[in-house]
Amino acid sequence: MTPSLLLAALREPASVRQLTLAQWDVLLRQAASAKLMACLVCLFDDAGLTGGLPAPVRAHVEWTRVLMTRHAGAVRFEILRIQAALAGLGLPVMLLKGAAYSAMGLAPARGRLFSDIDVMVPKAHLADAEAALMLHGWVSQSHDEYDQRYYRQWMHEIPPMQHTRRQSVIDVHHAILPETARVRPDPAKLRAAAIAVPGMPGMQTLAPADMVLHSAVHLFYDGEFDNGLRDLVDLHRLLTQFGAAPGFWESLPARAFEMELARPLLYALRYCQQLLGTLVPDAAFTALAPAAPNRFLMRLMDALLMRGLQPAHASCGDRWSGIARASLYIRGNWLRMPPLLLVKHLFHKAFISKKTTSG
Amino acid sequence: MLTVSALTRKEIAARLAGPGLYLRTGPFTNCIRSDSRFLLDGICQMYGAYAIDESGFADFHLNLHRATGWRRWIRPQVRFDNDGEAPFEPMPANHAFPMLEWMLNWCVSGSANSYLIIHAAVVEKNGRAMVLPAPPGSGKSTLCAALASRGWRLLSDELTLIGLDNHLITPLARPVSLKNASIPVMKAYAPDAQFTVPARDTSKGTVAHLKASDDSVARSAEAARVAWVVFPRYRAGAPLALVPIPPARAFMRVAENAFNYSLTGARGFQALGGVIDGCSSYDFTYSNLDEAIALFDGMAGAPQ
Repeated sequence: MTPSLLLAALREPASVRQLTLAQWDVLLRQAASAKLMACLVCLFDDAGLTGGLPAPVRAHVEWTRVLMTRHAGAVRFEILRIQAALAGLGLPVMLLKGAAYSAMGLAPARGRLFSDIDVMVPKAHLADAEAALMLHGWVSQSHDEYDQRYYRQWMHEIPPMQHTRRQSVIDVHHAILPETARVRPDPAKLRAAAIAVPGMPGMQTLAPADMVLHSAVHLFYDGEFDNGLRDLVDLHRLLTQFGAAPGFWESLPARAFEMELARPLLYALRYCQQLLGTLVPDAAFTALAPAAPNRFLMRLMDALLMRGLQPAHASCGDRWSGIARASLYIRGNWLRMPPLLLVKHLFHKAFISKKTTSG
Repeated sequence: MLTVSALTRKEIAARLAGPGLYLRTGPFTNCIRSDSRFLLDGICQMYGAYAIDESGFADFHLNLHRATGWRRWIRPQVRFDNDGEAPFEPMPANHAFPMLEWMLNWCVSGSANSYLIIHAAVVEKNGRAMVLPAPPGSGKSTLCAALASRGWRLLSDELTLIGLDNHLITPLARPVSLKNASIPVMKAYAPDAQFTVPARDTSKGTVAHLKASDDSVARSAEAARVAWVVFPRYRAGAPLALVPIPPARAFMRVAENAFNYSLTGARGFQALGGVIDGCSSYDFTYSNLDEAIALFDGMAGAPQ
């Protein structure tokens, strides 16, 4: 496989100075399909490259910049609306993923465009939170009975809710992995270590190590790799930012073992280092060695993920890419559900849901 | 500069089937790939005067290919994908050219956010642009086509691009889309103009395209300042009526027709404010094209 132009640009932004217009054409398309165009814009700005870009490329940078400005304002506004909607419940409301990076001003927030806001509330108060959000204009998006049951019985979140006027979508979670998954990190432990969001009473985020673990779980326990590279870039930026703090690299593997998430963390560190050149101390790999898969499985995962984590663009694939993505999809669901349930679920998705959505 | 008309039909077909035809339209380069002969016909008829970009860079990548499978023998279809993403259902094979036109618009309206993009026709005379925003069925395209056939420069038939920084209109002169009854009307009104073969039973009824004048295409880099915003309405038998609209009302009505007004935020607000402050706005009712054009020619006055 040839390494993608996008990975080269992410690792070494200044390398784009050498690109021909035809190569730029491919790079921008890879960035668009990986949803990393805004991320590239930030990297170019930081490296002082933007002014020297070819004119047609600068036009795309300006188009993207409009989205970035709009997004930053909209996310903050939505978080404040959610805070207002849930304030009366007196619950700890935890922001997850993109919303958390944005509220805390963390490195991955820059140039990260996302559409859904993810929050987590204690499971016992899920119904209260859902009712409060409905009163403030969010309604459940899924009217399919199967989907409703799928989420409520088996998943770690309720079906996405969309605001009737603003169209914004919120995902309300009560855990970071499904009820049916092989491992289920205790949400109470995550809440015990949570950090308050400055200036937003009642709102919190995961502690740094847990944030990394959640991001790793999200990437390596999920079957959909359409945003795989973007999620890996999140991890790279979190690790780079948190890794500068003393003690982080020692506490991270320990916390991973405590939460039963050492394997996904190992994958996160391995592929961040290999694909994005993240600086990971050798001691972290040594500490995680007991969680490593056997050599055969590791080589298989390398073969799958080196493809699955490329931009989902025709220019980045080889003849194995399709099989790799399909295998990762099944693997992701395998980890989330017991075999019989998985077979039933995939059958439903393939033959029943498809008909009702396309009809 | 290489133009489409410098290539033979065979050469155009080879580009469409192979590396793509890098077609310049206004400020954009579109890489078009297709194996549809209906699309090839449309390109040859409508796009002769347009430049071909040879840098290897395109803003948009549009693929329109014939659908495979048994259906191709009974009800042949054409599929669109935007560099691998297929957001729309296939259409009947002979709708390939209108589909290309809609997809070219869709690409621009969904991404070119350095402009406030209004769903409106826009024409220019003597350095003054007239924006015609209107819902479908109001006779906007007919009026636009009539003006373009009587000496007004076509800036765009569907998408008015207002620069967020300079508040000027960037031309995007492409074929004018005509629907249903307006097709025979324009064929009678502009008998020398070139039309595509009408595509019947599209989601918008029968659709044919009218070729933009070579002058409009050649002057694609010449931006224009808005002098009038006119909301047209065709009503059979109605007398000509041009009724001024207060600026605040005009502002809101144009904003309602914008694709990215809320996305562009304060800059979109400023740009539209700048345009409305610098022009006059009217509701316009007409039934006779010659009367309408005489009125607008009078307003455009002498060359500046």
